[in-house]
Amino acid sequence: MDRPDPNSSPEPSRDEPLRQEIERLRHEVEQLRRGQTEPAEAAPPENGAEPATVNPAWERVLLARHPQRPTFLDFVRELFADFVELHGDRRFGDDPALLGGFASFQGRQVMLIGQQRGRDVKEKIRCNFGMAKPEGYRKALRLMRLAEKFQRPILTFVDTQGAYPGVDAEERGQAEAIALNLREMARLGVPVIATVTGEGGSGGALGIAVGNRVLMLENAMYSVISPEGCASIMWRDADRKQEAAMALRLTAPELLGYELVDEIVPEPAGGAHLDAAAAARLLGEALQRNLASFESLSPGELRAQRYERFRRLGPFFTEA
Amino acid sequence: MTWFRRERKPLTSVPDKHVKTEGLWVKCEGCGRIIWKKELAENQEVCPRCEHHFRMDSRRRLELLLDEGAYHERDKGLRSTDPLEFTDLKPYRERLAKAEQATGMLDAVIAAEGKLGGRPVVVCVMEYGFIGGSMGAVVGEKITRAIERAIERRWPLIIFSCSGGARMMEGAVSLMQMGKIAAALARLDDAGVPFISVMTDPTTGGVTASYAMLGDLNIAEPGALIGFAGPRVIEQTIRQKLPEGFQRSEFLLEHGMLDAVVPRKQMREFLIRALEFCGVGMAAAERAVAQAG
Ligand SMILES: [Zn+2]
Repeated sequence: MDRPDPNSSPEPSRDEPLRQEIERLRHEVEQLRRGQTEPAEAAPPENGAEPATVNPAWERVLLARHPQRPTFLDFVRELFADFVELHGDRRFGDDPALLGGFASFQGRQVMLIGQQRGRDVKEKIRCNFGMAKPEGYRKALRLMRLAEKFQRPILTFVDTQGAYPGVDAEERGQAEAIALNLREMARLGVPVIATVTGEGGSGGALGIAVGNRVLMLENAMYSVISPEGCASIMWRDADRKQEAAMALRLTAPELLGYELVDEIVPEPAGGAHLDAAAAARLLGEALQRNLASFESLSPGELRAQRYERFRRLGPFFTEA
Repeated sequence: MTWFRRERKPLTSVPDKHVKTEGLWVKCEGCGRIIWKKELAENQEVCPRCEHHFRMDSRRRLELLLDEGAYHERDKGLRSTDPLEFTDLKPYRERLAKAEQATGMLDAVIAAEGKLGGRPVVVCVMEYGFIGGSMGAVVGEKITRAIERAIERRWPLIIFSCSGGARMMEGAVSLMQMGKIAAALARLDDAGVPFISVMTDPTTGGVTASYAMLGDLNIAEPGALIGFAGPRVIEQTIRQKLPEGFQRSEFLLEHGMLDAVVPRKQMREFLIRALEFCGVGMAAAERAVAQAG
């Protein structure tokens, strides 16, 4: 989460939507370049300014964001034969960053929801790098309610830097859309299994991750803020991102240690990007087993279990 | 006597928004005038010239809000254990100790019970002076317990938010408090107990994206910064300065995100009136039976 900036004093600007759009695209292309070059940082830098060794937390960040890491749609293709995408929030639009639809999974009908961060340049721009807007969260909620109506379990796949921080998203109530998902997911009467497959970025990730079980892929990350954002606020220097990544305890084993996630899904040796099919098989096994464990629970029991799961999160205080 | 009056400047165009203090005097961010602190205090920390709402101490707010200024504080002794052993430029533990010293509180929220217009209420007030009002495990737990008490007693819940969002120094522990509180609010909603969320300057990040936007009524003080992403992050994303008044209460009202913008001096009366409408509420199960019948 970002802190409000008391020093920000935007000057009046001419409202030029076109210029804004160009700027946005330019920025996205820059982000994309950054995303593609980042894994190379694992190699020793030429200038010697940066440490030659990458700290273990940052290594995970690079794996979680690896350009070849399977996306939501890759997992859908590998695990579900007959995905039918459903579009739109019935309010404003259809968000290409947050997708959903039904599919069958080993004989079960399930609802799938996930952020699509994109693979090639064109897709990344089209799906806004997996950064959803309010209409994405509202579509997700609509589809989850649809699943509840027909008593179908929900599988969500988290892979986002965060909810989109833009003018239009704020105007349409980004915060309200996420907040509502948190509250409404808490009382769904069907099983919800959430899996952080790549980057679990803050409230934008949690907005589809209030599950009876929360799984995390071995090299995924889940954090309250990106290491870059944390470094620029707390260290006042975005280049201290590796230290921030360590400090935030954002890796799967650490989060399991704090009991914030329930299970780590193993990845093929070297990371999911080396063998998407194997990564999907391992995830499929975990999803199957977790779904089976909730099959006999009533809607009331599912709500109660999910409530208890979240109620006990973070008992890190003393009481005088 | 209006000939000397200067136009109130939009909040976002004031070049330096730091409040300049020189002992007994304070400069208003709204109109730039120098105000005597005592005069400001007597006016509920609202500029007598331009109505700019200064940030308010959480205890003071409770005293001004509740009948006879009386309240009973709950869960006062909860204190963070620094689960991440977080250190940036200085250890989180040091920041906590400094905040404790500055505010006399152990974390960034007061969970209180008192009466409002004769009716018992549960009120939580966030304290910006404690690490920017940020939400970690203690804030999450205190608010969740307050919600549970509101359900148990069927007392209305009012939360005054004043927060930069989730507390970075508690990492994903902070993030999960959003889910924890929202889940408790689902139960409050099922129970038919009213919840009024009052957003004050600033209310951003994980606080806005969880309980602050989940009131039966979502209201705000004038001129408060309210949003999901902070203005600086948005400016970095779009590479452009933000328009005047963006993410202020009035902007949110215009975009349909608030029920009302309520000046501080009318807040008490507004809340009493709103709770009169809400009555005692009806639980979801009773509502279903009533509808079926
Ligand atoms: Zn003023």
